[in-house]
Amino acid sequence: MKQRSIFLLSCLLFGYAFFYIPIFSMIFFSFNKSRLATVWGGFSTEWYGKLFANDQVIAAALLSLKIALISATLATIFGTMAGMALARFRRFSGRTLFSGLVSAPLIMPEVITGLSMLLLFVSMRDLIGWPERNGFATITIAHITFTMSYISVVMQSRFSTLDVSLEEAAQDLGAKPLKVFFVITLPIVAPAIVSGFLLGFTISIDDLVITSFTSGPGANTLPMVIFSKVRLGLNPEINALASLIIAVVASGVIISTIYMAQAEKRRQRDMQMAVQANE
Amino acid sequence: MAGIAASDSVPAGRVSEDAPVARGFRQWLDRKAWRDTIIATPFLWLLLFFLLPFLIIFAISLGQATIAQPPVEFAAEWPYGSLDNYRLIASDSLYIGGYLNSLIYASISTFFCLLIGYPMALAIARSRGSTRNLLLLLVILPFWTSFLLRVYAWMGLLSNNSWFNQGLTWIYNHSFNFGPPLNAIPMMNTDFAVILGITYSYLPFMVLPLYATLERLDLTLNEAAMDLGSRPVEGFKDITLPLSIPGIIAGSMLVFIPATGELVIPSLMGRADSPMIGRVINDEFSLNRDWPVASAIAVALLLMLVVPIMIYNHYQSRADVA
Repeated sequence: MKQRSIFLLSCLLFGYAFFYIPIFSMIFFSFNKSRLATVWGGFSTEWYGKLFANDQVIAAALLSLKIALISATLATIFGTMAGMALARFRRFSGRTLFSGLVSAPLIMPEVITGLSMLLLFVSMRDLIGWPERNGFATITIAHITFTMSYISVVMQSRFSTLDVSLEEAAQDLGAKPLKVFFVITLPIVAPAIVSGFLLGFTISIDDLVITSFTSGPGANTLPMVIFSKVRLGLNPEINALASLIIAVVASGVIISTIYMAQAEKRRQRDMQMAVQANE
Repeated sequence: MAGIAASDSVPAGRVSEDAPVARGFRQWLDRKAWRDTIIATPFLWLLLFFLLPFLIIFAISLGQATIAQPPVEFAAEWPYGSLDNYRLIASDSLYIGGYLNSLIYASISTFFCLLIGYPMALAIARSRGSTRNLLLLLVILPFWTSFLLRVYAWMGLLSNNSWFNQGLTWIYNHSFNFGPPLNAIPMMNTDFAVILGITYSYLPFMVLPLYATLERLDLTLNEAAMDLGSRPVEGFKDITLPLSIPGIIAGSMLVFIPATGELVIPSLMGRADSPMIGRVINDEFSLNRDWPVASAIAVALLLMLVVPIMIYNHYQSRADVA
């Protein structure tokens, strides 16, 4: 047993080193004075300053934030509905097709999704004259479509472990479905909805391939700007930008994980107290 | 739990004011409308923005390139389209080579993901309590951070004058190198870099489903086997490994399928002369403006992936049930 533990432990260490060494190296070199992105030339925060003075980067970041907020909000609504439908309604016509459509964007190569969506928008423009041109609206529609799959997976697993007795009780007492949902169901699944939204938000803000296909002139998101710079080679400004983004995302994930764990604990404690109170 | 407290205080008489039949019917109608809304809204969205695009891409793959906006035309009479684009793909080594490159890069990367990911998932599944949560968080964290930036981070390490490359070069010059000393090991823009990039980016997709499967395994089986005299390695080989096959297959497909269409990693880290099929689609579409051929390549890629996708769905649902 001992030998294997040592083996597993070293595999674990190797795996985490593989994950994190490049990231920490990049953060380290974002404070590099030298113009060369990988040769140390003393400490400096110059690149962070340059970053905030770069209008192109700021505009792209704002566009990405706007798209991510809107698409994550709508994708959370649709994804919650889809997850609920799949977990609750065992039989309805087209269920197989529906569950296939929900899960397909998760594994579909992005090139295919992106190209097919672009061709849809072009055909729509030909037929009904909308969308006038590719840009903010088309990117947002594309993002809603593929992020709602991730969210519905989260919501489906939440709904399938949900105890329905509370909702049934409310229903028996005459509450309408809409009221049952907003008063009983929604508060219970709220933590899952929050994590679904955050997942959708990060996936949207991070996407490059589908965005590039569905974007149009003038609509450059942050990943698109980063990609166009990175293609030309390493760049200390990108080191700074990347470190900043990673710091924000990492603290967001850590905070939401702690929040979620506490919400779960509180929920279990409440349940226990409720059971005790009934006895 | 305000809901429970409130339910105690509702007077029992108030509910039955209406005639029971009419109330039952209204309730049924309410529930049906609610149910239909819940199902129809996401369903219609996906039909319009996910299924319809695939029908369109298929239709365009049967057409012909032309100089117009959009640059596609169809024959004027039945059957309007032809399979010419597919014949072209099947006969041209550029496209066949692209598919082969994709399959090879994706298979090798999937293998490395499994090699690195399995022991990690096993170690996480065997750890306890808060350690396990921390280890899991450390796997999920890279999954949440931008994949483009993580690829960029590796580009920094692989570049010729980075400490990583220089360190490896030093080791190489002082141990295995019997020729003249190297200034740096060329690692960027190689097959190695692409496989490393894909392995790195997709590793969380391997670790998480594997962990989900391994975490549910009953350790008492291994203990029983050990009590009966089998060694840990045998216990692993005879019990843990066979029971984790659904997770292995789900994780492998989750890496392999999207990796075949990978576009960003090869264009940032790879060689220009051996494009993966994603690059070929992109070039055909945006450089040559040949939409029908680009569509046909995409449809053919999708057809090639149907079998892996079905395998994935099969094992995914089994992994869920188990």
